[in-house]
Amino acid sequence: MAADVTSVPVEETAGPGTGSSRSGYVRYVGGKLGGAVVSLLAVLVTGFFLFRLIPGDPVKTMTGGRPISTAQLAEYRREFGLDLPLWEQFTDYCGKALTGDLGTSYQFRAPVIDKISEALPNTLLLTGTAFVLYTALGMFLGTRSAWRNGSLSDRFNTGLALTLYSVPSFWLGLLLIIVFSVGVGPIPGLFPTGGMESGDKEGFAYVLDVAHHLVLPVVTLVAVEYGQTLLVTRSALLDEMGSDYLTTARAKGLRDDLVRRRHAVPNALLPTVTLVFVNLGRTVAGVILVETVFSWPGLGGLFYQALSVPDLPLVQGLFLFFAAAVIVMNTLADLVYPLLDPRVGR
Amino acid sequence: MTTPTAPLLSAQGLHVAFPGRRGGAPARAVDGVDLDIRPGEVVALVGESGCGKTTLARSLLGLVPPTGGRVTFDGKPLQYSSRALKAYRRRVQLVLQDPSGSLNPRHTVYDAVAEGLRIHGGVSDEQAVVARALSRAGLRPPERFFLRYPHELSGGQRQRVVIAGALVLEPELLVADEPVASLDASVRGEILALLLRLRTELGLAALVVTHDLGLAWNIADRVAVMYLGRIVETGDAERVLTAPQHPYTQALLSVLPEAPGDPVVLSGEPPDPSRIPSGCRFRVRCQILASGEAERAGVAHRCRTEDLEVLGGGGEAQVACHWARVPDPAV
Amino acid sequence: MTLLEVRNLEVTYPGGVAAVRGVDLSLTAGQKVGVAGESGSGKSTLALALLRLLPPGTRVSGEILLNGEDVLTMRWGRVRAVRWAGASIVFQGAMHSLNPVHRIGDQIAEPVLLHQGATAAQARRRAGELLEQAGLPAARASAYPHELSGGQRQRVMIAMALACDPQLIIADEPTTALDVMIQAQILGLIQGLVTDQDVGLIMISHDLAVLADSCDRLVIMYAGRVIEEGPAQQVYENALHPYGQALSASFPHIGDPASRFAPRGLAGDPPDPSALPSGCAFHPRCAEALEGCATEDQFLREAGRGRRAACVHVPVGVVGVAARDSSVPEQAADVTELAVGTGPAVEVAQSAGPGGSSGPGGRDEQGRPGGSAGPVERVGSARHAGPTDPARSAGPTGPAEATGPAEPAERATPAGPAEPAERATPAGPAEPAEPAGRATPAGPAGPAGPAGPVEGMTTGRAAGRAEGSDSGTAAARAESPGHPGTGHPSPSPGPGPGPGPENTPDPAAPPHDTRSPS
Repeated sequence: MAADVTSVPVEETAGPGTGSSRSGYVRYVGGKLGGAVVSLLAVLVTGFFLFRLIPGDPVKTMTGGRPISTAQLAEYRREFGLDLPLWEQFTDYCGKALTGDLGTSYQFRAPVIDKISEALPNTLLLTGTAFVLYTALGMFLGTRSAWRNGSLSDRFNTGLALTLYSVPSFWLGLLLIIVFSVGVGPIPGLFPTGGMESGDKEGFAYVLDVAHHLVLPVVTLVAVEYGQTLLVTRSALLDEMGSDYLTTARAKGLRDDLVRRRHAVPNALLPTVTLVFVNLGRTVAGVILVETVFSWPGLGGLFYQALSVPDLPLVQGLFLFFAAAVIVMNTLADLVYPLLDPRVGR
Repeated sequence: MTTPTAPLLSAQGLHVAFPGRRGGAPARAVDGVDLDIRPGEVVALVGESGCGKTTLARSLLGLVPPTGGRVTFDGKPLQYSSRALKAYRRRVQLVLQDPSGSLNPRHTVYDAVAEGLRIHGGVSDEQAVVARALSRAGLRPPERFFLRYPHELSGGQRQRVVIAGALVLEPELLVADEPVASLDASVRGEILALLLRLRTELGLAALVVTHDLGLAWNIADRVAVMYLGRIVETGDAERVLTAPQHPYTQALLSVLPEAPGDPVVLSGEPPDPSRIPSGCRFRVRCQILASGEAERAGVAHRCRTEDLEVLGGGGEAQVACHWARVPDPAV
Repeated sequence: MTLLEVRNLEVTYPGGVAAVRGVDLSLTAGQKVGVAGESGSGKSTLALALLRLLPPGTRVSGEILLNGEDVLTMRWGRVRAVRWAGASIVFQGAMHSLNPVHRIGDQIAEPVLLHQGATAAQARRRAGELLEQAGLPAARASAYPHELSGGQRQRVMIAMALACDPQLIIADEPTTALDVMIQAQILGLIQGLVTDQDVGLIMISHDLAVLADSCDRLVIMYAGRVIEEGPAQQVYENALHPYGQALSASFPHIGDPASRFAPRGLAGDPPDPSALPSGCAFHPRCAEALEGCATEDQFLREAGRGRRAACVHVPVGVVGVAARDSSVPEQAADVTELAVGTGPAVEVAQSAGPGGSSGPGGRDEQGRPGGSAGPVERVGSARHAGPTDPARSAGPTGPAEATGPAEPAERATPAGPAEPAERATPAGPAEPAEPAGRATPAGPAGPAGPAGPVEGMTTGRAAGRAEGSDSGTAAARAESPGHPGTGHPSPSPGPGPGPGPENTPDPAAPPHDTRSPS
């Protein structure tokens, strides 16, 4: 067969995108960033008009229905810029938003941005801790489940995850408070019912105190959230497990766990990456129900307070902040993805 | 085969180009093709992947608008309005390679076959028509297959269902893209025999797109060999396959397992259709040019600089090669 | 020495599907064995079983001796050590056999690091060398699989397979989905490497023609069993099992008028391994099935030098018994040989074929004729019935067919020393005539005895073929039965007695007689 092979020099057909892969990535990043900016602007615009649709006169809301003089009313209107035509209000709002000024809260009479930065660390402490735990737990159990697909532990894990995933978080939170804070029967009340600190501790004791307060809300969040990560990881890995390249890897003589760690899991985690980043975005947004149930002084609680007034600038500011966080995280996911998967974005 | 019958389907100077990646040169997938298919004729379009044969077939079906040249059917230029195309596709049917992919897994065989009828409407006795198409496609008795789902059928049976779906509208031409490539070898023969029988019994013409020269030998009247967007050799199947003139055809035939003589294995892969070489498009891989034979025949310069004209679409044997056209080539 | 010896391998998947049902296979260093089969034949399962790569829960029994060591009873640690270093696999690399997110250089280096304890730099250098050996520039090591074409990916797979200098390479559909030219490049590459490094090669493919061209021996699998094996060209050109015959006929020979406008195949579909037919798994698709085939399983039996086939038409019965007879006359043995097509005669026949046409017709005949010995009963007619293929009848009827019966004999001649018959063109048939005389060729080798039957048989089958092949047609077919004298003689009288005994002697060559036609 090999006889008389007429060989003609030919330019090697370069596969798609060899030389151009760098410029390809730059182009890809540019596209993703551009998309993110457009989304942010859209959120900005939506945020403004959406909240003008809320019924009720904001100034009257502010005064809580107390009788008030017309002069005072006008004064308030001027103070919050509500006397200007809608168009001017909009340009004013945009200009300020772009410089980080989100207006002044009616309710607290303080800059929205200050309120947000006050509550943000508390939220990050709670949801960040939960995020790390449920992501790790979900990925670990998801990988194990898929690798032992169909086994008893797989069925148990998936079943439990699904059940917890469908439990309302506030209900679970209240249940935990009843059982572990209030105490039921022989179980003593082990944890505080709410808040972030007892207020009388200093130094290391303070840290322990906060951690003590953190336990129940974090458990609630992890229980409710890990299921999603588990299920996504599991199905991604199952999809990957039929792949021929895993057979190749085994045929090379790699140990099973190496095949899994080096070949299967990294590929299977690719679809999970997007989910993780979206969750990360939601972390910033706080968890309204859980924070409320546990009286946690975070963004979720703040949002709840703002809505119940309603405190227009605060609602609007939080909305912008939450949306921006999700958009930024998604964009980040897009940017990281090609570094993990060479097939994307070149 | 060179009967002067008017062609049923004809491509004239057909070009199809796709925009280049990231502003690069456009990919000239089909770069000037004339091709006629006469009623009742089976034409095999052969070539390696990426040579443009599938794009050409899709363009003949009106699925890809040409960027140059035109397609005529039954003497009239193809119209690209959706209504005209619908009428056209009643007369020209497509059969794809992978029957599993072209059948909806949730439709019964009956639905799959009747779908064409329902789209085009106006059939009083649907059931009888479907039954006839199925039995023509070799699924007998047809009633037994009506309510089966694709997953209950074997690969060969699925391809028969696809063919029945094409036959149900009583087309005049089938365009089959690698119709047996996904089937087991022992099953292929039966499907090919079916295509031949349809030609004999119904006078159905067919354009069979394939990379398999043996298949062309099995069923085609005429063969057109495509390379980088052009037909480089065409003619009667016997002639092209047993006495190939173009170095490319010669090489393709020489590497078949039981081909006589030494195989001529071309190195590398066909160039990208966005970078078609100047001169003869095959020159960079041409064994005749590389071995100096073209030089001896005195055509090497032309090979490097002079593109060849588009071959006519008729039945006559033609070859797009400077060397092969030298009266007594190279001896 | 034997590099790989597989004995009675059986593989049953967890769902109870018996994918491999008793396969024997052996391979020496430097030998190339082709395993052909269609979907569900168990060929890929066989490949995976050789390195114990089957999913957990799969039951595997039998023995797989790699250099005398049974892979099936090794500890896992040993299995992993044997994988790739002892035997590597080239999977169909078109797309999915390479990890999409690792650079190809790393993937090639991986087994080097693992088995040879090389440093990262050594492994990288080795990967570069291997790539160049496989015809790719070493610089491509930094590419990802999706940046390569199908042919290039296959080269990477081959480079990877060579990484640890294995003694055995298993290539599973190495050229499927590649264009003919790329396929030729890859096959050339594999051939060259196998020859240079003197490794054993098992090449698994659905493409019988490619295997016949590139391997020394050929094994045909059907429904989890080997149904025929022997020297590659012989099996391809002169299969003994009806399935082998049909499979090789489904690869058209360009230039062979017999296959022009006459695609051949088999009615029905490859069997579903989870619902195999009773008896001989092939019987529902077999044109020559006897009543008993539906109930009686068939196993491989010796069918001449180095050949075995699992068909009732390759008799063990009478002949077999005789075969065991120690007093084997030598001539008989010779006869068999001829019959089998191993003999020089065959070669003549093959080379003869300038005309290039009707390969099939010629070939079988001759194989059979010798074998014709036996069996006796059956089937001439059944076989003819075989060719039901409509396509065949389509061919224009030629005068040739008139001669049908006679000419076949002629073709048979191929066996005969001189006559090229094998590849003889349609024209060949024209010269029909002396069946007897020519047939004799078989005779010469052996005692005249066989001759009689031989030609009978030949004729019979030739007739069958003739029509198929040279445009002879239905007519021819119809005819053959008609001429019992000529056409079918074999089955009946002649062969029975005379040859039977004689051939029998050689166990190796049990007369596959009857089956000649087809």
